[in-house]
Amino acid sequence: MQLVQVIAIIFSISLLIGIVDLIRRGMIKEQYALLWLASAVILLILSVWRGLLDKIALAMGIAYPPSLLFLVAFLFLLLIVLHFSVIISDFSERNKRLSQEVAILKTMFEQYKEREEGK
Amino acid sequence: MRNKVLIIIPAYNEAESIEGVISAVKKELPDAGIVVINDGSVDATGSIAKGLGVRVVDLPYNMGIGAAMQTGYRYAALNDYDIAVQVDGDGQHPPDQITYLICPISEGKADMVIGSRFLEKVGYHPSLARGIGIKVFSTIISLITGQRITDTTSGFRAVNKGAIEFFTRNYPDDYPEVEAIALLYKAGFNIMETAVRMKERTGGKSSITALQAVYYMIKVLLSVFIDILKRVER
Repeated sequence: MQLVQVIAIIFSISLLIGIVDLIRRGMIKEQYALLWLASAVILLILSVWRGLLDKIALAMGIAYPPSLLFLVAFLFLLLIVLHFSVIISDFSERNKRLSQEVAILKTMFEQYKEREEGK
Repeated sequence: MRNKVLIIIPAYNEAESIEGVISAVKKELPDAGIVVINDGSVDATGSIAKGLGVRVVDLPYNMGIGAAMQTGYRYAALNDYDIAVQVDGDGQHPPDQITYLICPISEGKADMVIGSRFLEKVGYHPSLARGIGIKVFSTIISLITGQRITDTTSGFRAVNKGAIEFFTRNYPDDYPEVEAIALLYKAGFNIMETAVRMKERTGGKSSITALQAVYYMIKVLLSVFIDILKRVER
C-alpha cells in the first residue's frame, strides 16, 4: 500500500467521523449533511478500493490515479457550495417575508390598541 | 362604489421632507389612506410621520426600497384596498398629480399606471449618463412589452387590486421599478403611462452615486433578462 493511499484513507475516515459527530451533536441538520456524508463516503470508497480508482482514472485519461480523488473532492465542494447558495436565497426570502409580516402586525396591533383605549 | 385608495410612502431617512409629503397628500386626497413604510431610518422619519397621525410600518432593519414597497402592498392587500399609489418620501412626487394616476385605474383602463416625466415636455433635463440609462431601459422595456414606455425608472405609480395581490408575491428587491414592469407584463397585466410633473428633491440626496449607477444598470438589465426566463404565475 502506497503512502498516498494511507493518507487518503486516514483523511476520508477523519472527515466521515467529523461529520457524523457534528450530526450526532445536532450541529448540522441531516438535510444539510447529506452532501457532506456522500462526499466522505465516496472519497473513502475510492481511497480503499484502489482497483476502482485506477479503472475510473484510466477511463478518464488521468495519468496519476490519486489525483482523481482531488477531482471528486472538488466536484463535491462545488455541489455543496451551490447547495448553500440555494439555501441562502431561500432563507433571505423567508427572512424578508417574516420581517414584513412582523412590521405590519406591529402597526396593526398599535391600531387595535388605540381603538381599544378610545372606547 | 368608491374605490379605497392607499398612498404608500416608502421612506429611508427622509426627516427633512416627510412632513411636507404627508401634509400635501392629506390636503390633495383627504379620503385616501396613508401608510409610511419606514425602512429602518436612523433619523426622526418614523416619529415625525406618527406625529402627523398616519399609519407607520417600521421595518426592523433597512430592507431596501423593493422590500419596503412590497410591505406597503402587503399592507394594502391585508386592509382590502382597491388602489395603491407609491409616493416617495423624498418629495419628488407631487401629490397634486396623484389623481392623474388613479383615474385610468378606476376607469378600468389599466392595472398599473406609471407617472412619466418624458411623455410630455415638462422641463426635466437629466444628466448625460442618466439620460443614456433612461433611454436604454426605455428601449428594452418597450421591446419586451411591445408598447412604448418612456419612464421605466419612475417610482410614481398606481396599481389596482389584482396588481397589488401580484406584488405581494412577486416584487424585486433592489432597484425594483424597471423589473416590476417586466414582471407585471409577463403575468399579463395592462400597463399604461400618463404624463406627470415631478419636482426636484426637497431633502436628502439621490439614492444613487456614480459607482452605484453602473451597478444599477448591470443589475437591472440582468434581472430583467432573468425575469423573461422566469416562471411567473399571475
